[in-house]
Amino acid sequence: MIINAVGRELPEKIGNYTVRPFMGIGQAKDDLPVVVSKRRPTLRPASGTKLLPTLEDAIKACGLQDGMTISFHHCFREGDMVIGQVLTAIRNLGIKDLRFAPSAVVNIKNPSVTEFVKDGTITRIEASGIRGELGDAVIDGLMENPVILRPHGSRPRAIESGDLMIDVAFLGASAADEYGNATGQIGPNACGSMGYAFVDAHNAGKVVIVTDNLVDYPCAPISISQQYVDYVVKVDQAGDPAKIGAGAARMTKNPRDLMIAQRAADAIAASRMFKEGFSFQTGAGAISIACTNFLSERMEQAGITASFALGGIPAAIIDMYKKGQVRVVACSQSFDAVAAKAIVECPGVIEIDNAVYSNPYSKGCMLDKLNFGVLGALEIDTDFNINILTGSSGEMMGGLGGGPDVADGADISIVTLPVVRGRTPSIVPKVFTCCTPGTSVAMVVTEAGIALNPKHKYYEELKEDLTAANLKLVTIEELCELARSIVGTPKPIECTDKVVAVVEYRDGTVIDVIRQIKR
Amino acid sequence: MGKIALKRTSLYASGASPVNLLQARFYNEDCLVYDLEDSVPVQEKDAARLLVYNLVKYQRPTGKYVLIRVNGIYSEFIDEDLEAAVRARPDAIRIPKVEHGYEVQKIADRITEIEKAAGIEEGSTELWCNIESYMGVLNAREIAESSPRVVALALGAEDFTASMKASRTKASLEIFYARNAILMACRAAGVEAIDAVFSDINDLDGLREDVKLTRNLGFDGKTVVHPRQIDVVNAAFTPSKKEINYALRVLAAVEEGKKQHKGAVTLGGDMIDKPMELRAQTTLAQARAAGINV
Amino acid sequence: MDIKQTAVAGTMESSDVMVTVKPASEPGLSIHIQSNVLTTFGDQIRAAVEAVFADFGIRDAEVFLNDKGAIDCVIRARVSAAICRATGEGYNWKGEDK
Repeated sequence: MIINAVGRELPEKIGNYTVRPFMGIGQAKDDLPVVVSKRRPTLRPASGTKLLPTLEDAIKACGLQDGMTISFHHCFREGDMVIGQVLTAIRNLGIKDLRFAPSAVVNIKNPSVTEFVKDGTITRIEASGIRGELGDAVIDGLMENPVILRPHGSRPRAIESGDLMIDVAFLGASAADEYGNATGQIGPNACGSMGYAFVDAHNAGKVVIVTDNLVDYPCAPISISQQYVDYVVKVDQAGDPAKIGAGAARMTKNPRDLMIAQRAADAIAASRMFKEGFSFQTGAGAISIACTNFLSERMEQAGITASFALGGIPAAIIDMYKKGQVRVVACSQSFDAVAAKAIVECPGVIEIDNAVYSNPYSKGCMLDKLNFGVLGALEIDTDFNINILTGSSGEMMGGLGGGPDVADGADISIVTLPVVRGRTPSIVPKVFTCCTPGTSVAMVVTEAGIALNPKHKYYEELKEDLTAANLKLVTIEELCELARSIVGTPKPIECTDKVVAVVEYRDGTVIDVIRQIKR
Repeated sequence: MGKIALKRTSLYASGASPVNLLQARFYNEDCLVYDLEDSVPVQEKDAARLLVYNLVKYQRPTGKYVLIRVNGIYSEFIDEDLEAAVRARPDAIRIPKVEHGYEVQKIADRITEIEKAAGIEEGSTELWCNIESYMGVLNAREIAESSPRVVALALGAEDFTASMKASRTKASLEIFYARNAILMACRAAGVEAIDAVFSDINDLDGLREDVKLTRNLGFDGKTVVHPRQIDVVNAAFTPSKKEINYALRVLAAVEEGKKQHKGAVTLGGDMIDKPMELRAQTTLAQARAAGINV
Repeated sequence: MDIKQTAVAGTMESSDVMVTVKPASEPGLSIHIQSNVLTTFGDQIRAAVEAVFADFGIRDAEVFLNDKGAIDCVIRARVSAAICRATGEGYNWKGEDK
C-alpha cells in the first residue's frame, strides 16, 4: 500500500496498471518523453474520395483489430448518436477486447455501452467519468480491468505521452465534406465547439469523420481539417438536437440555489481581482447559470467588463458577450443551441481545442490566465478535497470534467453547493472519492455562509476583501457540523479490495481509487 | 418586551412541505413562521401539525425568532394546533384573524393550561395577533393590550381589504388608515407593529417603494411570503447615520444615568423611557445586521 | 391501539417521505423501505419507524416508506400522521409531556 499526498491508500499495482501516487500539485516528475502519436505520414493519391458507404467499411479500412483503442468526443453530449452506431458496427464485425476511450462521460441509451462490455466488445474504459447503467455495473465489479478516469486537462497529456495511444478515432460532426473537413458549428444537428475532438484527430492512427450532413467541398467553417482525416461516413443521424442541450442552461427557481449563486457572485465582486479585464469560468449547472446572471449584474453595477470567459459555454455567457460585457468567449464546448450558433455569428466567440483550454503539459493553457472559476461538487471535506464522482451510496454520479483543472488553473476557485441535499450531507469529514486536492480550492459557498480555505495562497487577501464586503464567513468545520446536525451521521460505505476505477489527477498521478461496493 | 430581537422580516414557510421548512432557516429573515393555516390544505392539517411540531422541537434554527401560525380561533383545528404549538416551544404563536380582545384572552388562558400541563414556564409563549378585518382594526388597541403575552400586531392586507369591500392596489391607499390605526395601537401598548405582505413576488422595485413607506410610517418589520423579498426588506430597515448617532447618544445617557444611580435619565431635556432605550438598541441591532460597525 | 385501515401520509417531494401503514397480515411489525440513502441511513430510518410504533404501543402493522431523503424528525412526523389516520384516533399530545 502507498499513501498519497491527500492521504489516500492506494495499491502499488492494479492489474497491469502501475500506480504513480499523487505527490502534491506541481510535484510530479517533469521527465516526459518526446510527444508520441499514432499518426503517420502517408502518401495519398491526388485523386479519389474518402467517403465510404458504411461504418463497417470504414472500420475495415482502418484495420481495426482485437485489443486496439478507439476514441470518440462528447460534444453531442446526451444527444450523441455516433457512439452507439459505431459500437454496433464493430460488434457486427466480430471485433473484441477493445479499449474504449471517449473524451468524457457518455450515458447513451439504446444501445447502452454496458451491452458492449457484457459481450466483450469493450474490455477496458478510459474516460472522464461513467454513470447511469454503466456506472452502476462497473462499481458492482462488471469489468476485470479498472476504468481509468481523467479530468479534461489530463487527456491530451495522456495521449501525447503515450499512456493512451489511440488507434482509431470516430469523430461525429454536424457538417463535413467528402474529403474530411468537418465542423460542429453548422447543420441541423449542430453541437457548436468540437474542442474535445482535436487531440484525437491530431494523434490517432486513423481518423473517421461520421456526419449526417454532407456538404459541398470544402466545408466551411473547418474545425477538423482534412489533413488529419482518413475516411468519411454519412449516417442518417449523428446527434439528437433535443438532447444536445438537455440538462444545461436552465435558470433555477429554487430560492436556496439562487441564494448560493448570488453569494458566489458577491464573493467574486468583493475580491480585488474583480476589476476591468478580469476573466472567469462559471460552468453549466443550475447554480452556475444563476451565478453567471448575478455576475453580469455585479459587473454592470461596477461598470467593468471581462477580457474572457472560458470553458463549456451556455447561453447566459453569450448574452453577456452581446451586451459587451465579455470581449472573448473561448468555447471548449457549447452547452446549448444559442452557444452553438454563437461561434459562427459572433467574431469574439471562438472554438478552442481542449488542450488549449486545460492541458498543463503544454506551452500554456488558457486556464492559467483565469482569475475566477466556479465549480459544482457532490461532496467537499474539511480539507477542502472535492468529490465530483461518487454519490451518497458510493454510486457513480458524475464525471471529473474540467473541475480539477479549473480549481488548479484559476487564481480563485469557488465551489458552490448546498450544505445538504435531501438526507445526503455535502460537507463531510472525509470525501468518499477525492478528485480535486483541497489545496487548489479557495472557498466553498453555501446557503449557510462562505468558508475560506486557510491553506489557499489568496486566503489573507480574500478574508480581508470578503470581510470588508460584509459577506457571511464561516469555517468549513462549522458547515460540516451543521450538515451533521441536520441529517445525522451516515454509516460508512463498505468496499471490497477490488479496484473498479482509478482516478487520475491532471498530472497523470493517482489521486484516488474507487473500490467495489460490498453488497 | 425585554429581549432585543430583530423583527424586520418574518417569512411564512408552509407546514405542508418539509423541504420549504428546512430550507427557510438559511435565508436572512429575522422571524420564521411555520404555517399551519393558509398554506396547508384542510385534509393535511393533521400531518402539518405533526411535521411543524417535530421540526420546531428537533431542528429549531439558531439565531431566529421562531413562530407557529395556528389555524383560526373558530376553526375545528385550533385546540389541537395549540396543544402542539405550545409544546413545540416557539418564541411565539401567531393567531390569524383576531377581532376582539376577549378572543386573545381565551387563547392566552388555553396556552397557560397547556404550559402548566407540559411543565413549560407560564407566560413564556408570546403571541402575535394578525389583524385582518375592519373589526380587528377598530379593536386594535384592545387587542394589543389584551394580554401580556401579546408582543406584536401584524396587518393582513388582503383579508382586510376584502372585509372593507375595497380593492387592493399597489399604491396601497386603501390600507393607509389601517396601517396607522395598528401602529398607534402598538405604540400605545408598547408592542411591535408588523406591516402587511407585498403580494407581487416578482416586483422587487414595487416592494422597495412599499417598504420605504412601511418604515417611514414607523413599522418595526414586515411579513414576507417569498425568500427573494427578504434582502430588500432587511435593507430598507437599515438605519441612517443620524438615527444611529441618536441611538448611541440615548444609550450613552442611559449608561451615564446608571453610573450615577439616577432614577430618571434625560437627553437634551427629554426623558428617556424604557421604550426609547429599547428602540435605540433595536436601531443599533439593525445597523449591525446590515454590516455597519457601531 | 389497532391499525384499522390503510392510510398514507407524506409526499414524494425532496426531503419528505411517503408512509403507508396497513393492517398486518401476520403478527409483528414489517417495515419496507425504499430510499436512495438506504446504504448510509437505512438502519437509522428503521430505528425511527420502530420508535414511533413503540410510542403508540402498536405491535402489528405493515409499513411502506418511499423515502426522498427525509431526516429523522420528518420520518417521525409522517409515520405518526399515517398511524393516526390508520387508527382513526387523534395524536396524544399529553404523551409528549413525560
